[in-house]
Amino acid sequence: MSKVQAVRPLNVPAVSVRVLWTAAAVVAGLLLLAYLVAFDQGAVSQSGMFLHELMHDGRHLLGVPCH
Amino acid sequence: MSLTGRSAAPTYGAILLRGLLAGLIAGLLSGVFAYSLGEPKVDAAIAIEEANSQAAAAPAADGHSHDEEDPLVSRDGQKGGLFLATALYGVVMGGLLATAYTLLRRRLRTSDDSRAALGLAAAAFVGLVLVPWVKYPPNPPAVGDPSTINQRTISYLSILVIGLVAVWAGVLASRSLRAGAPEWLRLTAGLAGFLVVVVIGYVLLPNIDEVSDTFPASLLWNFRVTSLGTQATLWLSLGIAFTALLSRLGSRRAAAAEVPEAESVPV
Repeated sequence: MSKVQAVRPLNVPAVSVRVLWTAAAVVAGLLLLAYLVAFDQGAVSQSGMFLHELMHDGRHLLGVPCH
Repeated sequence: MSLTGRSAAPTYGAILLRGLLAGLIAGLLSGVFAYSLGEPKVDAAIAIEEANSQAAAAPAADGHSHDEEDPLVSRDGQKGGLFLATALYGVVMGGLLATAYTLLRRRLRTSDDSRAALGLAAAAFVGLVLVPWVKYPPNPPAVGDPSTINQRTISYLSILVIGLVAVWAGVLASRSLRAGAPEWLRLTAGLAGFLVVVVIGYVLLPNIDEVSDTFPASLLWNFRVTSLGTQATLWLSLGIAFTALLSRLGSRRAAAAEVPEAESVPV
C-alpha cells in the first residue's frame, strides 16, 4: 500500500507556512495549559498552591506523578 | 493537486475548534469515570496517608496540604477540581490531536478521514498512556517519596516522548517494507520497530518503586487500573467525538461544494 488514491478531496487544509506557525503557537499554548494542570505548583499560575491542590485528584487519576 | 478541491477543505481553525470541543467532552466523561470509580480509591489512600502521618510523631510539613489540619482546598473541593483537571487535560489533548491531524493527514495512508482520526487517537493512547503506564504505573496518595518528585517528573516526561517515538518507529518500520509485502509481515515489522524503542527506553530510564511494604496491594492495583480506565475513557471518547465532529464538518463542506472533485494524493 505505498500509493493511495483518494477518491474525494481530503478534508484538511494545505500545510502552509502560516498554518505551521499557527500550529506552533497553538501547541505552545496547549503545553502551557498542560503544565498548569499537571506540574505547576504556583510558580506560573501565581495562585499559590490553590490550583495545584484543586486539581490534585485529577493528577493522580490521570497518572501524572504528584508527590 | 487541484486548486478547486482545496477551496472545499476546512481551515486549521475549524478542525482545531472541533478538537478542543471533543477534548472538553472527553475530559468531562473521563471525569465522570474517575469520580465514580477512582475517588473511593483516592479516599481510601488518603485515609492511609493520614493514619501514617498521625502514627509518625512529628508529621513532616511538606507543603502538601491534604494531610494538614486546615487544607487549602477541602476534599470536596478536590473532587470537584477533578473535573476541572480532566476537562482541561482533555482540551489540551483534543487540541494536540486536531493539530496532529491537520499536519499529518496527508501522510496517513487511508482515504477515510475517520480512520485517520481514530488511528491518530489510538497511536496517542499507546504512546502517551500505555507505554508510560507499564514503566511508571500511577500512584495514589500515600505512595511516593516527595523528595524524588523532580526525578520522577523528568522520568515521566521522558517516557511520554519515548512512547511517541516508539509509535513513530513502528509506523516507519512497517512502511519500510516493499510495496507488496503481506499484512502479517507489515504488522510484525511495525511491532518490532515499536518494541525496540520501548525496550531501550525501559532499560535506560531508572526504575522507580516507592511503594511501602504496608500499603495494601489490592488498593494499589485497583487504583492503577482505574487510572488506566480514566485515560482509556478520555482517549476513546476523544477519538470518537473528534471523528464525529469532523465527519459533520466534512459532509457540510461536501454539500456546500456542489461537485466534490476527485483528487489524487501521492503518499
